Amino acid sequence: METVVFGLFAALALVSALVVVTHKSPIYSTLALVLTLFSVAVLFVLLGAPFLGALQVLVYAGAIVVLFLFVIMLLNVQKEEMSHVGSSGQLWAALLAAVVFVGMLGLTFWRAGSPAVSPLTPESVSLKGLAAELFGTYLLPFEIVGLLLLVAVIGATVAARRPSELGPIREDEYVSGDEPRTDPLKSGPDPHRPSVAEPAYQSSQREAS
Amino acid sequence: MSVPISWYLMLAAALFAIGTVGALTRRNGIGIFLSIELMLNAANLTLVAFARQMDQRTGQLIVFFVMAIAAAEAAVGLALFIAVFRQRHTIDVNRMNLMRW
Repeated sequence: METVVFGLFAALALVSALVVVTHKSPIYSTLALVLTLFSVAVLFVLLGAPFLGALQVLVYAGAIVVLFLFVIMLLNVQKEEMSHVGSSGQLWAALLAAVVFVGMLGLTFWRAGSPAVSPLTPESVSLKGLAAELFGTYLLPFEIVGLLLLVAVIGATVAARRPSELGPIREDEYVSGDEPRTDPLKSGPDPHRPSVAEPAYQSSQREAS
Repeated sequence: MSVPISWYLMLAAALFAIGTVGALTRRNGIGIFLSIELMLNAANLTLVAFARQMDQRTGQLIVFFVMAIAAAEAAVGLALFIAVFRQRHTIDVNRMNLMRW
């Protein structure tokens, strides 16, 4: 039974990971990543870490992936052409990664074998023990991680903020590639605006060049 | 019938390799980020597998910290991409060569 579940979700994780890496559209890549994260969450539960499995679904699939999707939709990212591995640097890096991977697999086969795994006991999966260790032995790292998250939130806000010299958002300004933003409250075309609007950055680029 | 730990380790190695390939070959900045998340998850799987093998909780706690740091990294990284996109109107990493040389 456990073997069947493992095989099913391991295959699912591998296939969806391949989709993440190979799909051209960032949206589909991100959705495939959700599938990978769910499969890994199932494997966490199989390994006797149900708390981490729940955390994986909540934090990763629930928060981080939504952040990714939000940014993708916000930026209106176009499909990329797949890069051809042309430069020798990339080729060498890929070869190195392949060698390391084969080495890891070989070492795993050679060293690990299949030693007997002790059966799960109720106290080894209990949340209580985990919490006692987290708030006891690892209290300082826990606090530091909290500080890190605070710093990250402030840093992200500052980095993504609209530069103040640009001033407030004008009405004819919109994110590239989309249709011009129209005020739904106004009905009918505005006679004062040109009929074919052009993104602000394109005109500025044209002036520069 | 319990699944041997080495199977989990091999799966994690395969996931990590797929993530590495993605991080090296994708040109979209967000695609690279997704690949990095994949690699982090593979490392997490390894940690949990070893925690199971050793019958210890330390590995699970490290995974907890890794998740928190991954969340912070994703937030900051995506904010940087928004800032770059605002200036350059692309997040193609081949066209972001400001600090290359």
